[in-house]
Amino acid sequence: MIKVFVPRDSSALSLGADRTAKAIQQEAQKRGIEIQLIRNGSRGLFWLEPFVEVATENGRVAFAPVQPKDVAGLFDAYFLNPDSSMAKAHPLNLGLTEELEWLKKQQRLTFARIGITDPVSLNDYLAHDGYKGLANALKLSPAEIVKTVTDSGLRGRGGAAFPTGIKWNTVLGAGEKGVQKYIVCNADEGDSGTYSDRMVMEDDPFVLIEGMTIAGIAVGANQGYIYLRSEYPHALHILNEAIAKAEAAGYLGDNICGSNHTFKLEVRRAAGAYVCGEETSLLESLEGKRGLVRFKPPLPAIEGLFGKPTVVNNVISLATIPIILDKGAQFYADYGMGRSRGTLPIQLAGNIKHGGLVELAFGATLRELLYDFGGGSYTGKPIRAVQVGGPLGAFLPESQFDTPLDYEEFSKIWAVLGHGGIVAFDDTVDMAKMARYAFEFCAIESCGKCTPCRIGSTRGVEVIDKIINGTDVEKNTKLVRDLSDTMLNGSLCALGGMTPYPVLSAMNHFAEDFVPKPKSALKKIIDIVSA
Amino acid sequence: MANALPVEISTTIQSLIAQHKNMPGALLPLLHAIQDTIGYIPEDSYLPISKGLALSVAEVHGVVTFYHHFRTHPVGKHILHVCRAESCQAMGSEKLEASIKAKLNIDYHQTTSDGAITLEPIYCLGNCACSPAVMMDDEVYGRMDNQKMAELISEARAS
Ligand SMILES: Cc1cc2nc3c(=O)[nH]c(=O)nc-3n(C[C@H](O)[C@H](O)[C@H](O)COP(=O)(O)O)c2cc1C
Ligand code: SF4
Ligand code: FES
Repeated sequence: MIKVFVPRDSSALSLGADRTAKAIQQEAQKRGIEIQLIRNGSRGLFWLEPFVEVATENGRVAFAPVQPKDVAGLFDAYFLNPDSSMAKAHPLNLGLTEELEWLKKQQRLTFARIGITDPVSLNDYLAHDGYKGLANALKLSPAEIVKTVTDSGLRGRGGAAFPTGIKWNTVLGAGEKGVQKYIVCNADEGDSGTYSDRMVMEDDPFVLIEGMTIAGIAVGANQGYIYLRSEYPHALHILNEAIAKAEAAGYLGDNICGSNHTFKLEVRRAAGAYVCGEETSLLESLEGKRGLVRFKPPLPAIEGLFGKPTVVNNVISLATIPIILDKGAQFYADYGMGRSRGTLPIQLAGNIKHGGLVELAFGATLRELLYDFGGGSYTGKPIRAVQVGGPLGAFLPESQFDTPLDYEEFSKIWAVLGHGGIVAFDDTVDMAKMARYAFEFCAIESCGKCTPCRIGSTRGVEVIDKIINGTDVEKNTKLVRDLSDTMLNGSLCALGGMTPYPVLSAMNHFAEDFVPKPKSALKKIIDIVSA
Repeated sequence: MANALPVEISTTIQSLIAQHKNMPGALLPLLHAIQDTIGYIPEDSYLPISKGLALSVAEVHGVVTFYHHFRTHPVGKHILHVCRAESCQAMGSEKLEASIKAKLNIDYHQTTSDGAITLEPIYCLGNCACSPAVMMDDEVYGRMDNQKMAELISEARAS
């Protein structure tokens, strides 16, 4: 039977993938053709969703984007036999998916299966190298697993880039023998411009489950929680379905794969607070409290969830563990540059023509991502600014587009890679407004524990408004800079501590936008603001 | 206090409390369950929740009000979340937002006069490759424009 693939990823659904799937099913029925319709994950070429594929002997052939109105025409052109001359000539025929430049240029390690498999089919997962990492881990001692992760050079993909193996080692050595420990997956993915966690959970949930299981075995934790943002209802259902299947097949629960290891997993829903992505706030929330950030020390690795030693890792960090255990530390470490080893799933977002998921070894430049992959802006206007690393990341001007994606290189230009989201803005962006929004967002999301963040953010909005209105620009610019200094140095967590990144980078690189309308005395004010 | 609630709601809440009370960190899952079942978290439920989970009423109140997702009042038949975050801003969400408000004749946190739609802001739906994005109930929609928005709103009103 001919296999037809229509993605079930949320972004594909957001562009009508369900309606396309239904139209294909109905048309096939009408014509008496039997097909097997598979709802796979997305390949991540979101500008081409709904991205339909037909299986052939030589691989899958893509037809995209397919709207319901295109379906009858595709059947008329015999698209189920993509080698036929009519199917070949169809304008939506993109040829073999694997041959698409956009995919061929990538190094998909963490995303190796995504878009290929049916996310909730355990058999599909197993047929595509699933659970090979766990099989290897079960042959190693906990310390050997941790060493493999350390040697791979993997650093946390949630933003702080802390070496994962070192964190695990602390948890491995924490507490008395037999003490309760936890693995907590940070699936709060609150940064604008990011969706790689969502894709993993919706499009390949077993890889996250496998990664968490290995983490549990490595550090001696028998319980895991996935703290999932409430904005991701599809991910919730898919994760729960996958967890149930993994349990039924003996990959979760007691005596995993016949070993004497126990690992149980539960999804917990967050409730729409950005700050709960911060690991200690997250733990408070999991304990059923308000998400107030905790003082550190103690580190969560020593006293985490319910006071017990806890690994808190991002979805991508955990989902990368299986391939490291499968292919070895060196295999992973061979990718990347400097101290940024391996690959980063980069998410192209905002005003970009070809938005989507690009997994690459560290080291590619922003320019390559924005133009070679992204195809420039969506509107066709020049890209004027990009924000990398979410709402707490700096805005970068054109002159910095040649910066390679590498933690250290970004930190040299006072920017961050964060969770790998890149949001492009064309030349209609008003950077004073973006700076104002950064303060506004901080004010809305502040947990309220420390004054610089709680009060500073609200004050920041007021002062930027004054600058925009042309009131005492010199005095108020100084005030924003002082306020930013206080927030940078006096905040307990990065919400208050990094809001100055977008604010000050906007002022430093785009001073001309902080000019009151009408644009009189333009030059003078530019000099004041950028000084 | 709990008596102020209609009996069936009160019974529902009691049974949800019973289902959750032995769970570690039960409060958030319980609040979700209540909101999923009856649409909101009545303030009159704080007392029975606090008794069931051995917390103070103030603690329950503190948690409910801390999280943007929880609401203490009934909402319309459908909830429309409009993304206000950066990626969507880069694709014109501010204009979209203004036209939605004008079309529905309400501001954020309000419900249309026919009770069909409650409007809420949201900060990223993870659909940033297809900005601007909105979410109607549990479904996300991308590359929104005024025409697609009008269709979505009339579909919601009709259902
Ligand atoms: C305000 C704030 C929000 C954060 N949000 C997230 C998030 O949504 N997801 C995430 O993985 N890490 C987030 N982090 C980083 C976490 O605190 C923590 O570093 C991370 O979960 C550790 O996992 P990793 O080492 O695998 O990256 C956030 C930090 C701050 C200060
Ligand atoms: S910086 Fe802001 S969010 Fe972070 S602990 Fe302080 S008040 Fe809370
Ligand atoms: S910023 Fe709107 S969906 Fe991410």
